[in-house]
Formats: sequence, structure tokens, C-alpha cells
Amino acid sequence: MDMVLVAEPKQVVAPGEVLAEGDHLLGDNAYRIGTKIFSACVGILEVDGNRVFVVPLKGGYFPRVGDLVAGRIVDIGLSGWLVDIRAPYEAMLPASETPGPRGPRRRDLSTSYEVGDMVLAEVLAFDRTRDPLLTVKGPGLGKVASGRVVEISAAKIPRLIGRKGSMISMLKKETDCQITVGQNGVVMVWGKSPESERVAVEAIYMVEREAHTRGLTDRIREMISRSRVVEQVAGTQTA
Amino acid sequence: MSATPQLPPVAKLEQKTVVDLVSKGKRIDERGPENYRPIQIQVGLIEKANGSAQVHLGKSKVLAGIKVQTGTPFPDTPDEGVLTVNAELVPLASPSFEAGPPSEAAIEISRVVDRGIRESKAIDMKSLVLQKGKTVQVVYVDIYVLDHDGNLIDASSMAALAALVNSKVSKMEVKGDEVINKGGHHQLPLNNYPVAVTFAKVDRTIIVDPSLEEEQVMNARLTVTIDKNGDICAMQKGGLYGFTPDEVRKAVHMAVGKAAENRARIMAAAKG
Amino acid sequence: MNKLPEPKQPEKLIDDKGLRIDGRRLDELRPIKLEVGLLDKADGSAYIEQGKNKILVAVYGPREAHPKHIAMPDRAVIRCRYHMAPFSVDERKNPAPSRREMELSKVIRESLEPVVLTDLYPRTTIDLFIEVLQSDGGSRCAGITAASLALADAGIPMKEMVAACAVGKIEGKLALDLSDAEDKYGEADIPVALVPNAGLVTLLQMDGHLTLSEFEQGFTMALEACKTLHAMQREVLKKKYATIKEAAEEREEAEVVA
Repeated sequence: MDMVLVAEPKQVVAPGEVLAEGDHLLGDNAYRIGTKIFSACVGILEVDGNRVFVVPLKGGYFPRVGDLVAGRIVDIGLSGWLVDIRAPYEAMLPASETPGPRGPRRRDLSTSYEVGDMVLAEVLAFDRTRDPLLTVKGPGLGKVASGRVVEISAAKIPRLIGRKGSMISMLKKETDCQITVGQNGVVMVWGKSPESERVAVEAIYMVEREAHTRGLTDRIREMISRSRVVEQVAGTQTA
Repeated sequence: MSATPQLPPVAKLEQKTVVDLVSKGKRIDERGPENYRPIQIQVGLIEKANGSAQVHLGKSKVLAGIKVQTGTPFPDTPDEGVLTVNAELVPLASPSFEAGPPSEAAIEISRVVDRGIRESKAIDMKSLVLQKGKTVQVVYVDIYVLDHDGNLIDASSMAALAALVNSKVSKMEVKGDEVINKGGHHQLPLNNYPVAVTFAKVDRTIIVDPSLEEEQVMNARLTVTIDKNGDICAMQKGGLYGFTPDEVRKAVHMAVGKAAENRARIMAAAKG
Repeated sequence: MNKLPEPKQPEKLIDDKGLRIDGRRLDELRPIKLEVGLLDKADGSAYIEQGKNKILVAVYGPREAHPKHIAMPDRAVIRCRYHMAPFSVDERKNPAPSRREMELSKVIRESLEPVVLTDLYPRTTIDLFIEVLQSDGGSRCAGITAASLALADAGIPMKEMVAACAVGKIEGKLALDLSDAEDKYGEADIPVALVPNAGLVTLLQMDGHLTLSEFEQGFTMALEACKTLHAMQREVLKKKYATIKEAAEEREEAEVVA
């Protein structure tokens, strides 16, 4: 059968809009009635070979096993902690998934993490019948002691990372900050100074606002270097 | 807030049986898609009410009572009496009914039955006025669902109409500034006889008068209320899915004949 | 200075030229303004003005079900609250939920259920709050039209948007999109919601008096209007997200020139 694209790739499509007609493979957010393929959300139409899918412009975080997430401890239970990972489901971090001694010599849970703490964790398990299960056993995971917490739309995270990490690498280099990106839209930023952290945070929000535009990487790079100039000027004036 | 209702406690196997049968033109109780369940109507059972009627529609049972009392008119209609319709899904009628304020289902039944009576001008509201702007007769239509086996809207509509036809009101007189009971009664004057007919869409088949089992698997339902002239005075779609425009048209046409059949039953029972 | 409306019965609903009180023809919609994504905290939001109706809709979700027992194991529960502000009508309305608001909350929810892909979010709720800030007839339909946009704005996967419109009968003639006075002094009102691709009617109510043939005509008229509104919905959504693209590209060009 003929495969015809009806909507233009890289353009915004709305729910119920006809994307294509024919035997295309269906990717995310595309569904079929008869021979027609429709969009199931507001997003950008992408075509990869004969696979048609829509990248949503908005939407919360939906956990996937293996995701790195940054979350906030909201409660301490009998055997672990409840963590807000900005998903429609509250996540659970069992004590058994934290490094440290097991058994009766294990310290009281409240001495490990407190309500309000930020943690970097990995989604260990998640399916339709249960809430997400987290682990902090792994390099770089665990309680976050310092830094800025930036919350953006999870739908923009792929753009923040960039193709082969190009965007995030540029941001780290230009702002001279350490940045850890949670798939759940929560980004941790550590800079050598509050100023550099502020610039990094501003850059992250800019990516969120302008994710689906051309030339974003260059514009951000320019914004960062302009902020550095201002900083230097201010620095020399007070010196 | 209105929330998606919990799933009915029915096994998927049972649900499938009902759906399969309907798609073959049969129903679990062996009716055809266009047949009502057996209907029994009795009137005048509650002597203290001005009028009353009990309807058995299959195993659904609904009792309606009419009370007519003097009261004050609404400020924007000083020359009209008052009609109020209230349906209650009392807990004894079903394991799924709870005591408490009316649920959205109860409110829906009340308002759909009300619309039928009001919009068809079944009761001459002006004839209920005793002292314009001051004293009027208030007609309370209270619908009590006693047993829920599906299609409570039609059962309620029939019970309400039969009860109205059965109703006698005291002869009232205005003497100077006062309204007094003259003694004696007359039938509540009615100008129209609205009857609700409810359809359910099960998969792609339209059936009339869904039983509870059929309601539990249906796609959506549509109630069409027809007056004595074969005209439409109320409609209400319910359920989680929808009808195609052609299905709507088909249902509306079928409703006219069904309403006439049920109206004849009501009139026979109420007058006999 | 706001002129307070005069709530007395108009002498005629249709004049000698066949025009209605607000100057519309019988088959004309009121002026409509649609906006999307205007609230900050809600996951999705939309605003509609249709004639004098002003309705704001917010969507929260999918989110954890509270209390847990309302959740369904294999799909999201949709909760809908249609509520009128006390100052939205001629006579101040008591803020407590009325029976009418409860019925409308139900029928509005049922009009949107078929399009939301609730299977994707088991054990959650999707909450829809429809606030009628000013009401002038046809608010449930305008509410549905805006609610669809708010759901899309929240990024909730849905098959398509639902558009709704009412047709009525005034002075014996069928008229599209009745205002409050026309509904009050008219002879019938048919609110309809349509899911255009699927061809499904998901809201259908009627009150008044219509012959079968009047219903048929009015119903068809309402369905056509729903399709017009549906095109408007799509345009608003695409425009909203396209402007972000354009604004950024304009800035880029400006910087290059400078």
C-alpha cells in the first residue's frame, strides 16, 4: 500500500490530526483508524524511516526502568522512604536498596535520609500494578548535599541533553558547573560560585522555553558568554 | 465532583456473554432488541399521598408519590405554581447505593424526569395559582427507587406519570385574604403525558430498556422523552462512550412508538 | 464602565430582518475567543469566551489518586467539577454546588471520557476544573470545548479533541448557539458534543418542545457547528506552540543583524 505523509515533519501537530496514510509503523503518540494515522497529543511530528511518532511538547514524567531521577524524600516508612519524583506515582526507596550494613546493626532509617532531602536514584522496577521502586546502589547515586534544584518539564529533558549529549556538554563547559540531569525533569546544578550556578539555571530554563526552535545551542552559548562579560565588568568595577 | 464510576462487580466472562448475545440480536432474558421487560403498574397505594404509583419494570421497582401543598411561588414566576421532582436511590434498593446526599445518578434521574413533565407542560402551572405572587400550589413528585435492576429512568418516568394521573387535589378557595380548603377533591388537571424511553448501545447494537446486566456492559445510553403528540420534550445521553448521529436518529424514531405503548399502559393502570 | 444587564423579557427574539437580539443570523455562532496555557500552576489550562460566556478550565494530572480507594487498577479516573462563580449570573448564585452543577459535571465528564487515553495511567486521577466566571447560555458546551484544549495543553494523550455547541428554537425557528435570554424565552435547547474523527456524539441533551423533524434539522446544525469549533481548537493549539518557535527565530534574526 502507498505510504503518504499528510502532516509536515518537524511541525506542530494537535491531537486527532491526520499524520499519514498507509502502512507506517506506529511510534509514540500515534494511533491508527483504518488506513489513517493520527496524533494522540500536541507535539512535533517526527518520521524515522517508515516509523511515525510525535514528540510531546508538554507532559509530566512517566517512569521507566533504568531512568536516573532526582527526587525529594517526603515520608519515612517502616522499611524505606517515599520519594516525590514528580510523576503521577509516588516512588519507594527501600532501605535494602541503599548501600550499608544489613540486619540489626543497621542504624535507624531516619539517620540515613530525612524528609526534604534530595536524592539521585535509579528506577529499579515499575509496572502497571505497582508504584516505582528506586535504588541508590550505584556510582553517583545517593543523597545530594548541596547544589541548586531546577525543575523543568520532563518532555524537554531530551533537548537539554542534546544529540549525543551535545547540549549538556556545552552547558557544563560554558558555565563551568557540574550538572546532573534527572529523566524526571529535575536537574541538579553545582557551580564554583553562586553566579555561575545562576547562569546555568537560567540556561536550563531557556532550553525549556525554547526547546523546539532552531539555533538554540548558539543562542544559549551567547547568553552565557554575555553573562560572563557582565560578571567580569562588575568584578573589575568593585575591584 | 463527578468521577469515573468504579467498575461494576461483574466477571468479564459474564460481560462477554451479554455482549455476544446482544450482537446476535438476542438478549440474556430472551427479549428482542426492541422489547421492554414486563411492566406492571399499580396506583393509589399510598393513601396519605395525593397520588401514588408503583412500577415494576422487569425486576426494577420504583414507587412515586405526589404531594400537593400550598406554598409560595418563585419570585420571577408569580403567576405559576411550583413543580419539584426528587428521586432517591435508597440503600435498600441495591448493594451499590449508600445513605447520604443524592448521588449524581439520583440527581440525573430527578432532572430528566422533571424535564419531561415541565417541558411537555403536563401540569398547567397557571392553574395552580391561588393568590398571584403570594400563594400557589406546589406539586412534589418524589420518586423512590426500591429495587435496581436497570433502566431506573424509564421506571421513574412511568411511575411519576402514573402517580400524577392518579392524583387528587383538595379544592381550595380564596376568601378575602385567606386561602382555605373548600372540601372535596378534583383530579389534578394534566395537559400532557410525557414518557421516557431509554436505549443502550452495547457494542454496536441499540437495545431498548437495558437491564442492569446490560447497563454494566453498555457503551452509552440515550433517553428520549416523548409527549402525547409524538414530539420530543427531553433527551439525555449518559455513559462513557457515544452514539453516531445515525444511531441517535434511529433511537429517536423508535422512541415515539415505544412511548405510545407505555403511555397506553400507564393510562390503563391509572384510570382503571 | 460596565453596564449591568437588564433581565427583563425582550419583546422579540427575532426582528423583521431575521436578526437576533445581538444582531446575529439564525445560523451564526457568537464571537469566540480561545486561549491555551494561561495558568502557571495547572498542568494544562484553557480559557474561552463565547458571547458573554467567560469560562476558565484547569487540568491537574495524571496524578496520584487521593483518596486511594477511588483509583481504578487499569486506567485513570477522570474527575470533573463544573462550577459557577456567584457573580457569574444575573441573580447571585450561592457558591455551594447545586443539583444543576452536579448534573453538568457528570455530563461534561462523560463527553470527554471517550477521547482520553486513560489506559496509559492506571491508578491515577485526571482532574478537570471548569469555572464559569460569567454565564450567558451554552456554558456547558463552551466548557467542553475549552476542557478539551486544557487536556491537550496538559500533554495528556487523547485521540482527538471534543467540540460542543447547542442549537435551540426561538419563536418557532431553529437557531445556533443560544444566549441566555434566548434559552430562557425560547422553546427548546439541544446541547451537543461531537468527536469528529470517530463520528461520535458524546454529549446530547434536550429540553423544550421539538417535532422529530425540528430535532433532525437542529441536530444536524449543531453537528456542523461542532466541526467548525473543532477546527478553531486545532488552530489555537498549533498557533500557541508555533509562536514559541517564531519568537525565538525572530530574536535570532535580530541578534544576527545587530
